[in-house]
Parts: sequence; C-alpha cells; structure tokens
Amino acid sequence: MELNGAQVLLECLKREGVEVVFGYPGGAVIDIYDRIPESGLTHILVRHEQGAIHAADGYARASGKVGCCLVTSGPGATNTVTGIATAYMDSIPVVIVTGQVPTPLIGNDAFQEVDIVGITRPCTKHNYLVKDVKDLALTIRRAFYLARSGRPGPVLVDVPKDVQQAKVKFRYPDDSEIRMRSYNPTVKPNVKQLRRLAELILKARRPLIYAGGGVISSGSSAELTWLSQTLSIPVTATLMGLGCFPADDPLWLGMLGMHGTYVANKAVQNADLVLAVGARFDDRVTGKVSTFAPKAKLVHIDVDPTSIQKNVQVHLPMVADCFSALTDLKEEMHKHLGTVDFAADHADWVAQVGAWREEHPLRYVSEPGVIKPQFVIETIRKLTKGEAVICTEVGQNQMWTAQFYGFTTPRSFLSSGGLGTMGYGFPAAIGAQMAFPDRLVIDIAGDGSIQMNIQELATAVCHNLPVKIVILNNGYLGMVRQWQELFYEKNYCSTCMAAQPDFVKLAEAYGAAGFRVEKPEEVEATLKKAFALKKTVIVDVRIPAEENVYPMVPAGKSLTDMLLV
Amino acid sequence: MDSRRHILSVTVENEPGVLSRVAGLFSGRGFNIESLNVAPTLEEGVSLMTITTVGDEAIIEQIVKQLRKLVVVIKVVDLTEVKSVEREMVFIKVHAEDGKRAEVLRIVDVFRCKVVDVGLDELTVEATGTKDKLTALITLLQRFGIKEIARTGTMAMKRSMQDLPA
Repeated sequence: MELNGAQVLLECLKREGVEVVFGYPGGAVIDIYDRIPESGLTHILVRHEQGAIHAADGYARASGKVGCCLVTSGPGATNTVTGIATAYMDSIPVVIVTGQVPTPLIGNDAFQEVDIVGITRPCTKHNYLVKDVKDLALTIRRAFYLARSGRPGPVLVDVPKDVQQAKVKFRYPDDSEIRMRSYNPTVKPNVKQLRRLAELILKARRPLIYAGGGVISSGSSAELTWLSQTLSIPVTATLMGLGCFPADDPLWLGMLGMHGTYVANKAVQNADLVLAVGARFDDRVTGKVSTFAPKAKLVHIDVDPTSIQKNVQVHLPMVADCFSALTDLKEEMHKHLGTVDFAADHADWVAQVGAWREEHPLRYVSEPGVIKPQFVIETIRKLTKGEAVICTEVGQNQMWTAQFYGFTTPRSFLSSGGLGTMGYGFPAAIGAQMAFPDRLVIDIAGDGSIQMNIQELATAVCHNLPVKIVILNNGYLGMVRQWQELFYEKNYCSTCMAAQPDFVKLAEAYGAAGFRVEKPEEVEATLKKAFALKKTVIVDVRIPAEENVYPMVPAGKSLTDMLLV
Repeated sequence: MDSRRHILSVTVENEPGVLSRVAGLFSGRGFNIESLNVAPTLEEGVSLMTITTVGDEAIIEQIVKQLRKLVVVIKVVDLTEVKSVEREMVFIKVHAEDGKRAEVLRIVDVFRCKVVDVGLDELTVEATGTKDKLTALITLLQRFGIKEIARTGTMAMKRSMQDLPA
C-alpha cells in the first residue's frame, strides 16, 4: 500500500492507540491536517500551542496513556517548549509531532524555520528529525516506545513538509525493530537488594514510606497501599504522589516538604527508615538537604539510575520500576507475616505520629463574612466526594488544593510539580475531560495563573467540554506575594493584579457560564450549581488578599523549621 | 570529596546531533569537559568518544549515569577505574631562529618527537605522550616562543592485562 508521509504518520498514531490529538495547524503541517478527516482520529483545535501540549499532558496524566500533540514549524513548535519542559520534569509520556520546513530549506533561515530538535534537546527524553519518509514509521514507533517505557517522558518528532508529502510503500515495523541496543530501561529489582530491604523493614521501629509520582506512573498504588496497611507503615507523599495512597486512611500523613503537614515533616525527621518510592528528593521536599531524615536509613527505589545518589546519599539504592519492586517486596514480606507482628512492632511509632497529627493538624482561621480558600477546597471535596479529576495552576491555589482536597485515587490530581508552570491547569483539564467525558473535571486556579491560558475557554466551549474553573481570586500573584511578605519586608512589587477582567462576563463572552461568589454562605450552593451544569463554567471566588499557605518551611531551611498557622 | 581527572570512553550511535547531546548534557548540568575527541570505530554506525572530565566521585557517578541515560549512548567505561593506556598528540609551532634552533632540536630529541614542518625561523613539532609529558614539553618550549598549538585531547584504551601487579 503506497501512502504519503502524512498518512503514514496518522496510521502509526492510530496503531499506537492514539484517539485524540491536540493541535494547531500551520503551513508546515497542512499535509497532515489534509489527511486527519479520513484518519478516524479526533483532533482538538486549541487556541495556542501551549494549550495543545498541556492538554496532551493532562490527557496522559489522567488516563495513563501517551498524550499526543501536533503543531506547525517555527512559532508553533517553540510555543510548545514550556509544556514539553513541564512534561519532562514530571515524567509524563507525550509525543509531540512538529512540522518542519522542507529538507532542502533546513538551515536556510526559511520562513517559520526553527531548530526545534536543538531547542528541545535538554527538555525531551529524546527527539528526532525525520529526513526520509522510509524512516517515519519506525521513528514514530520508537517515539511512543521511549515515551512510555522506563522513566516516561516527552519525545518530539520533527517532520519536514517534503517528508509528509513523499510517497512510500507502507509497512508497519514489528516489535523486534523498535528495540535499541543503546536503550535498556532496567525494570526488575535486584534480588539481593530486595532481601536487604526486607531485613531493613524487619529491623525498623519507626519506618516511613515517602511516595512520589513514580508510584502513580507505574500503576503501583495498590501494592504501596498493601505494604503500608499490612506492615503498618505510615505514608507521606510528594505533590506528584498525591492520590497514590488514600487520604482517608489513618496511616496517611499528608504531603511532606515546604508546604507539607507538620506530622509528615516530623515523621521524616524522626523515622529510622525512610523508604522513598518513585520520588527524587527534590529541594522542595527535602528542605536543607544535609538535615533531611537525620535518624533514618534511606532506601531509594527508582527506575531512573540518575535520580539515585543525586541529591541525597542513600543506604540502599534500588534501580527498578516501582511496580516490580513493590510486587516483589510484597512477596518477600509475605514470608514474615506469620512470624512478625508488624502492627505491634510499629505501635509506638504510629501512636507518636498520631500525636503529632493532633498537635498541629492542617488548619486555617475562619473569619465571619470572609471566604477562606481552604474552605473552598474543602467544599469542593465534599461536593465531589473526592471523585473528580482535580487540576491546579501553580502557586497558592496549588498548595491549598494539595493540602485540603484529600486525594484518594491515583490520576485524580493533575498539577505541574517540577517545573511549576502557571497556565498548566486549565488546558490540562481540557485534556483530562477528553480522556473522561463523563467525569467531573475541575481546574482550581488563581486569578494570575488562569490568565496565562485563558484563551482555551474557546477550545472548551467549542468542543462542549464541561470543565469547571474555580478561581481563588485574591487579586495577587499570591505565592510570590507571600514570599514578599515573609522574606522581602512586604515589598509587593509587581504582584498586585490591579487591573483584572470581569471573569463572569469573560466566561459569558466566550459562551461559557460565569458565577461570582463573595460570601461564605454562597460557596456551596454556587459550586453545586456550577458542577451540575453541562457546560464550561468559571466560578470567581473572592478570597482575602493576604491569606498565606501554612505550614511553610522557608527555602533552604530544615524540615523542622516550620512556620505554622 | 577529592576532585580527580577521569577519562571516560563513551561508545555512541554515530548519528546527527550526538555530539550536541553529549556536550549539552555537560553544559546543562554544570559539568566540565577538559577534552573530548570523537571518531568512528570499526563497527559501522558506531563512534567512540573519549572525554576527560574533572570531579569528585559523586559528580563522576552522575556524569556516567547521565551519559548512559542518553538514548544514543551504547556504553560508558570509566578508564580511570581500570588499568589503561592514555595518549595525546600535539602539534607545536615554535620559534627557532638560527641561534636557538639547535637547542630546540635537542629538546625535540629528548622527548622523542618529530619535526614535521620547517620554516625560516620556526619549526612544527609533533609529539605524542601522556598529558604530563606534553605539558612538560610545552613548558620547555615556551621560552622560545610558541606561535601556535593544536592538541587532540586525550584518547585512551583499557589494557589487556588487568591482573598484573602495578
């Protein structure tokens, strides 16, 4: 069968299981768009390429499948860079297809030409420029293989216009062809290390599990939960790990780190064994790294060898994907269940942890007539029973959500953790809604962040996507303002969003619905009304200008130095 | 921890952008490249890069792991961890006026290097040796005035017999 490059590309996407492509056309991809109608793929036309990459990312995070994004050369490609870096930092599998000027023009500074392979080299897992249509099918297969295997990540494929047009006899490469001698992601844990880990767990009296995004991406929440519950080990998680362990379990401590709970940070600093699973000892988690978990033996399970011994020297490194490691560990620990009473061994520790939780629970001070943002999150949690897909932007809105929503299932919290990309949440919510048309998808935003990709309202309305945006509107870039207040003598330079659109009218202008909430007693009823509507909705919630996120460990301080409410 | 010079032998797929990927890894993560050379091997499509870099053990461990993580890298060997032979080649164009020429040639002789080009008042010397030997040679020739210098950077290979006493 003879196909042109554009057809080969679309056929390969379909065979990789792609159903939805988020994209934006342009001169260098018209040939691909020309063939989309007959391809059977759903294309979501965004309003800015950054929206396309974040939507593909949100689709991937919510569904566990590889997200796909299609943009043109030059500015189309460069507009995706922030989103690619976002996916890279959080290890999200996305394949980005960019158009490129025809191969004879490459390097000539042609119209809308940019070296996108060069630009994205440091923020992709790998990338390709396809110079011959005969290589296209194999390259697409490898791109998907790389994106989803090992430590997942974004892979970019740059396809020049003449390659899209060139004809080739189509043959779909088989599995044996995708393997590369230079790429062997280690998967199974080392048996000896596993036994040593079991011994460490048997000896520990104050063990703690510190779970990260790797638990979610590897699909090992059930194994982690079994381990915690059966062996009576308390669990804390990073921002990326939220949802990997049910927040209503008594062994759940909440998030750790800069805006982590008192109990989680106290537990880290006093544990005698910290089992890091799919987490990477990020500076927002460890605080002053030399004082992190000073009394503990550290165990680190991660599929990426470069994550291990990078920020922290650990006692037992284990390169393995979390699912294999936890499954094998479960089997190993099974041998001891008859002879060891883990609940009794850890009873004092679990009681101590419980006491810390009582001592300083997550809290906020209610004031009459004032809508506290934490109360809004609690109300959303109550109305959704924890079953919604929650996206956030970045800053205070993100931290309040992480603290107060109480996530119980994996892939229900989508947030830019590593890169901290404002403007991520709303397009990601569009992606998640495409993955789950029947689920309630909510973007919890700030008045600053939402304006970074507000144009995607048109996308959501156009495709009848009933995404809900709840703006925690304090008229400030709240997290920067909080730092200015605490560490820069209240020099609120450029953080006040003095001029602001009327978000209700803005929603209506786009064909969405808009509500404003100014009184605490209206919060629940308005959110209920908004969530019941089968359309895109903005709820503009007016919160106090100077509410802060607490607890807070100032940057560079030890986890014991928490500022509390 | 002690900073030490390491020679890394990196086998890579010979494809466009591979040098940029490796170099970008070093610059992006703040690692240093002291020297780097690259050339094809006997196996078609495979090149060998020899990179010398300086760092303490933790940094070298990160460099090696980061290199292995690159999809185009097939194999990384830290030759500092094994017994290896190491050489570097240099061309030195040095002033050698009539009165000084004999002395320059004497040094060239002592270092067992070759004169590969002669001008009216200058000589081009080719020398091969370890980094230390070449540094000594360059130091000695500097007082005559070195006009130009071109070095290959270190290349190295694991010795066949690893078990002999040092």
